Amino acid sequence: MTPNDIAKRIQDQLGSAITEVVADDKHPRVHTTAENWRKVAEFIFNDSDLAFDWLGCLSGVDYVADNQLCGVYDLYSTKHGHWFAVKVYVDRDKPNIPSVMDLWPAADWHEREAFDMYGIIFDGHTDLRRILCPEDWVGYPLRKDYQFPREYHGIPGTTELDWQQQSVYPA
Amino acid sequence: MSWIENRFEEGLVVTSLDWAINWARKSSLWPMTFGLACCAIEMMAFAAARYDVDRFGAGAFRATPRQSDLMIVAGTVTYKMASRVRRLYHQMPDPKYVIAMGACTVGGGPYFKYGYHVVKGVDLVVPVDVYVPGCPPRPEALQEGLMRLQDKISAQTIGLPRGTYRNAKKYDMPTPAPASI
Repeated sequence: MTPNDIAKRIQDQLGSAITEVVADDKHPRVHTTAENWRKVAEFIFNDSDLAFDWLGCLSGVDYVADNQLCGVYDLYSTKHGHWFAVKVYVDRDKPNIPSVMDLWPAADWHEREAFDMYGIIFDGHTDLRRILCPEDWVGYPLRKDYQFPREYHGIPGTTELDWQQQSVYPA
Repeated sequence: MSWIENRFEEGLVVTSLDWAINWARKSSLWPMTFGLACCAIEMMAFAAARYDVDRFGAGAFRATPRQSDLMIVAGTVTYKMASRVRRLYHQMPDPKYVIAMGACTVGGGPYFKYGYHVVKGVDLVVPVDVYVPGCPPRPEALQEGLMRLQDKISAQTIGLPRGTYRNAKKYDMPTPAPASI
């Protein structure tokens, strides 16, 4: 199916759950919200015309100006050989997205990484821990308002900003 | 040196103890098998046939810190890895040496400004003997670093450094006591 057909099929079935359709794009996708994401995911996974059985990539985006976080799910169908993406928007103050690791097992580590880097909490994930950063890391590094650590376990962390501000550079 | 030649029996070697110890140390630096990032690829080339570090006696890469003399920190040291690097360093027996290989270990490198997770130089974690800059350094550069480390070892002495007592007197410093065995 072409991206337009896929977008039409999703919109016909789940009209109210889809906030925006961007089918004529380099990255054809539909937008949805965290409340409806589970419904959308189950539909596109189970529907025989779409049959998105492979989660190619799960990314996070921080739209700090809109006070929103976003999970980007790139999906592929090994049955039909087509790609499509779903962007799930969630409020930055309450970043909870339902987990889809029971549909796509690949989502397990991807969701852990999105949690590690963006602090998106995937409800229903069985083992939501940090995957890359140390367990005692403070903050979510890829958020746009992230503050760099000044010190970690006694090792000074410096940035160029500090260097310009301080007259004596710490050895 | 004709006045000294042919005066000794075969097998008698005349040298200073310092020289002999330093020669033994610098000629058999066993590095630890320890690569953190892309610099490790250059370190492998440095160890392999084309650059052949066995010529310097440093080709026996040991898989444990307990048999190693030299830690080549090859690659980006993250905060998560820093505690492991420090632990491995402490597990090495004395005398031990550290080469900081590559821009990341020298001072954070390309991650200095925006790397939230990178230690800004491995000398914040372990003491470093020789810095080899480059991103990554070519194997020749690491060879040069190894040779500079050998020079450094050649200058070591098992006694106190020369002029210690004289300088202590000059600057009114406490005289170091001789080490007791």
